[in-house]
Amino acid sequence: MSLAAAAEYLSHYGGPPLRIMEVCGTHTAAIFRSGIRSLLAPGIRLVSGPGCPVCVTPSSYIDRCVEYAATPGFRLMSFGDMMKTPGSGGRAIGGARGGGRVEMMYSPMEAVERAALDPSVTYVIAAVGFETTIPAYALAIEEAAARGLGNLRLLTALKSVTPALEWLLENERGIDGFICPGHVSVITGPEAYERLATGYGKPFAVAGFEGEHILAAIYAIARLAGGGAGGAGSGRVLNLYPSAVRAGGNARALALIAKYFEPGPAVWRGLGRIEGSGYYLRKEYARFDGGGRGLDGDEALAAGCACAGVTAGRTDPGDCPMFGSPCRPESPLGPCMASAEGACGVWFQNM
Amino acid sequence: MCVAMPGRVISVSGGRAKVDFSGNLVDVAVGAVSAAPGDYVLVHAGCAIEVLDGDSAREIISIFEELDGGMLE
Repeated sequence: MSLAAAAEYLSHYGGPPLRIMEVCGTHTAAIFRSGIRSLLAPGIRLVSGPGCPVCVTPSSYIDRCVEYAATPGFRLMSFGDMMKTPGSGGRAIGGARGGGRVEMMYSPMEAVERAALDPSVTYVIAAVGFETTIPAYALAIEEAAARGLGNLRLLTALKSVTPALEWLLENERGIDGFICPGHVSVITGPEAYERLATGYGKPFAVAGFEGEHILAAIYAIARLAGGGAGGAGSGRVLNLYPSAVRAGGNARALALIAKYFEPGPAVWRGLGRIEGSGYYLRKEYARFDGGGRGLDGDEALAAGCACAGVTAGRTDPGDCPMFGSPCRPESPLGPCMASAEGACGVWFQNM
Repeated sequence: MCVAMPGRVISVSGGRAKVDFSGNLVDVAVGAVSAAPGDYVLVHAGCAIEVLDGDSAREIISIFEELDGGMLE
């Protein structure tokens, strides 16, 4: 099997129509960059999923960020992706009206250093993310505790991907296979999808971020779900990113997550409340807790916004009546356009 | 948001490492991995999330070999 042979198979695919979800926003971006969509036969459709943490953060969380930024004595530290995401009334963390004391960070460790230098200000990290990012927040807390810092907080909107995939399998019909998020899988291990793969009889392929990785994953899913794999059961997990994803995941990172965080319910914008899909600071670390629990309120999306359907893989961004006009990356009306790795943002950049 | 980049570890000291990304030296938290100088680590948000085993090009070749060699049977 060569790359060319796999591409040939996918461009001439004549089996049953397939909808394959690329869960991760970074995969969506890589798929567009590599031109894979133009190579697939009409019977294979790629749909985006809930794998952009910014896109699934409810509006009440954004509002709390804006409140922190407007409160004297506090400074909000946020990843750039979060800055434009609209909260209630369209207010964003980095917006003129939200404004205030906000700084962009590349790593939570920057917030620790800032807090150490300036004890008169409480630094609040807008701690958004999936399993990939949670160990970085854990290490920031560990460092702050070791240095005795009392002016660092996490405002958490941390989520676990697998419960959202289970929600999709229960509530959305017609997703035939999943390209699993590669860097979430680095932490969780491929086993995280095992129960869903066997229970729902769907293929889950863990993929890296090169075009070839993704093509291999689509090929494997098409062979398994399209019935071209010699009658083998399609409900299984394939690890096609073994250079980074190990059996059992990253045990140290998982131990860090378990030490500092505990699971609880969380609201996903577009999907709703999903039990056990959130992570919250344990009470032993309450002194670092800037909130997160109970931030469940989610203002209805702008009239006509299709982000809920995009997040669930029901709607393509291009089918939203507001896509491109008036909803654009510089003036996003919905969260999937606000993030560079939201499905709408990726589509827009590649139109 | 889950973008991660590979870099080569130059030195490790007390949970921090100097990591080389195409000639740029960056301070990275390595508390979530067991990394030594010379290792390639995958770095996300200033934190190494795994030590890489092999390079991407060889991995891609072996993936296609395995897909052909019974992985889908």
